[in-house]
Amino acid sequence: METCINLNDLNKWFGSFQVLDSINLSISTAEKVVICGPSGSGKSTLIRCVNALEPFQSGSVNVCGISVEKNGRNATDIQRRVGMVFQQFNLFPHLSVLKNCTLAPCRVLGLSDDEAGAKAMHYLERVRIPEQASKYPADLSGGQQQRVAIARALTMEPELMLFDEPTSALDPEVVTEVLDTMVDLAETGMTMICVTHEMGFAKQVADRVVFMDEGKIIEIATPEKFFSEPTHERTQFFLSRVLG
Amino acid sequence: MRERRGKEFYVLAIFFTVFVIFLYGPVSAILILSFQGPNGGLTFPMNGVSIHWFFALFGEQLVGDFKAAFLRSLQLGLVVMVVTIFVSVLTGLAFRKKFFGSTFLFYTTVSSLIVPSILVSLGIGLLYNLMEWEAAWYSSGMGAHLTWTLPFGFLIMIAVFNRFDRSYEEAAKDLGASNWQTIRYVVLPIIAPSLIGVALFGFTLSYDEFARTLMTSGVKNTLPLEIFGMTTNVTTPTLYALGTLTTIFSLVVILTAMGIVFYMQKRRERFGTDAGKGV
Ligand SMILES: Nc1ncnc2c1ncn2[C@@H]1O[C@H](COP(=O)(O)OP(=O)(O)O)[C@@H](O)[C@H]1O
Ligand SMILES: [Mg+2]
Repeated sequence: METCINLNDLNKWFGSFQVLDSINLSISTAEKVVICGPSGSGKSTLIRCVNALEPFQSGSVNVCGISVEKNGRNATDIQRRVGMVFQQFNLFPHLSVLKNCTLAPCRVLGLSDDEAGAKAMHYLERVRIPEQASKYPADLSGGQQQRVAIARALTMEPELMLFDEPTSALDPEVVTEVLDTMVDLAETGMTMICVTHEMGFAKQVADRVVFMDEGKIIEIATPEKFFSEPTHERTQFFLSRVLG
Repeated sequence: MRERRGKEFYVLAIFFTVFVIFLYGPVSAILILSFQGPNGGLTFPMNGVSIHWFFALFGEQLVGDFKAAFLRSLQLGLVVMVVTIFVSVLTGLAFRKKFFGSTFLFYTTVSSLIVPSILVSLGIGLLYNLMEWEAAWYSSGMGAHLTWTLPFGFLIMIAVFNRFDRSYEEAAKDLGASNWQTIRYVVLPIIAPSLIGVALFGFTLSYDEFARTLMTSGVKNTLPLEIFGMTTNVTTPTLYALGTLTTIFSLVVILTAMGIVFYMQKRRERFGTDAGKGV
């Protein structure tokens, strides 16, 4: 299998506090990886390093065949290939749903308004929300906003998608619509890293589950193994809390 | 049944009444007296009602060179406004990160608001004298105005960027936008309504600035200086007519700014067509 992401002995500090501690992780093209772990364990920081939103101090990050520079100098090259969905959606409040989706294709890829519009509508249909295209983010429910955010990321035709707790800011009744969209996306063969505590989603979609604690990867396993026979005590403790 | 009102109510009510009288009393008096009859004088009572003095203002026997002074103030205000927006946005962006000397720079900039205006004016005037440069409203005068408008704009932008959510920029970056594209297409449009506030501040602070212009405008007067000059040598209600016109102009400026903000919000709503229709 072709390698899509390769993290090698990645270390990162915020001041004197080590957030990421010797992270080694290799992810193949089309693989789906779910990352979980207690709050503050460095999950967000890890995936933010993958799309060069965070600089790091040592080790190497290789994404889509490009080596991310520690200081983030080639960040834009990486970010064009990587799509990210944030916990708080981060839709541009001053633009309609459609404009949110056409801005980057127009300005970054240089598409014409028509091409970008067609592409945006294509992906809005994919996330089943084309009828909201003319609305503004503030007029949508959280679940709708998050689906727009997914569509917006897809318009850049990324080689991989990162999700940082995409459903944890949502009302319980709309979590499913977002998870369903992510399952659909997984079925298209997209490479995905999802930070999530939705264990049902992990069981259904993940090829591997990564458990992190205090900046370290504690355990990597297939979902079957991860949920039925976790090897580490900390994983067992975490699962007992999450699964209730 | 009426609720009995406490003593505080009456104290505050009196205070507010006095406030309103002080604020609008003189303005209304000037407004009313500018419509003084042709034979009326500078004070009440009104001797008929006319627009005679407005015509006199533009008539033959020119009372001061207020048209040129107005044009100077207008140009100066516009340039000061543009420079203020530009510089305060850039400094606001810069001050989002701490850098070497940022605290020092912050206080030296903001202290300009505490230094008495007339001293700033005097200082700049003296400096020009010393260097044997010629003071003029568009050079030393503009500098003096900027010492007043920039700290204001700067403080506003710091407040704006304090509230600005960085996650919008991260979303733009993640979509592959360069730094410039992020600022141009995401940051600036989001803060645009605040920029109109800064523009309004920049313009009006410059347009009606007196003390800082006094020693720095050279031989030509800006409008506030011209009006002040007229109070000593104009003895007809034309002075009030001019006061009324400049007040109307200021109101138009403020209403325009409000109109632009209103239009921006409306535009957002208009494109969000079926909002709230349960689609
Ligand atoms: N910009 C930052 N400056 C300092 N500390 C940070 C910063 N961002 C995150 N941290 C710290 O790094 C740790 C890991 O954060 P994060 O990656 O967000 O964890 P998670 O997503 O697993 O909850 C936390 O202890 C957090 O307080
Ligand atoms: Mg997180």
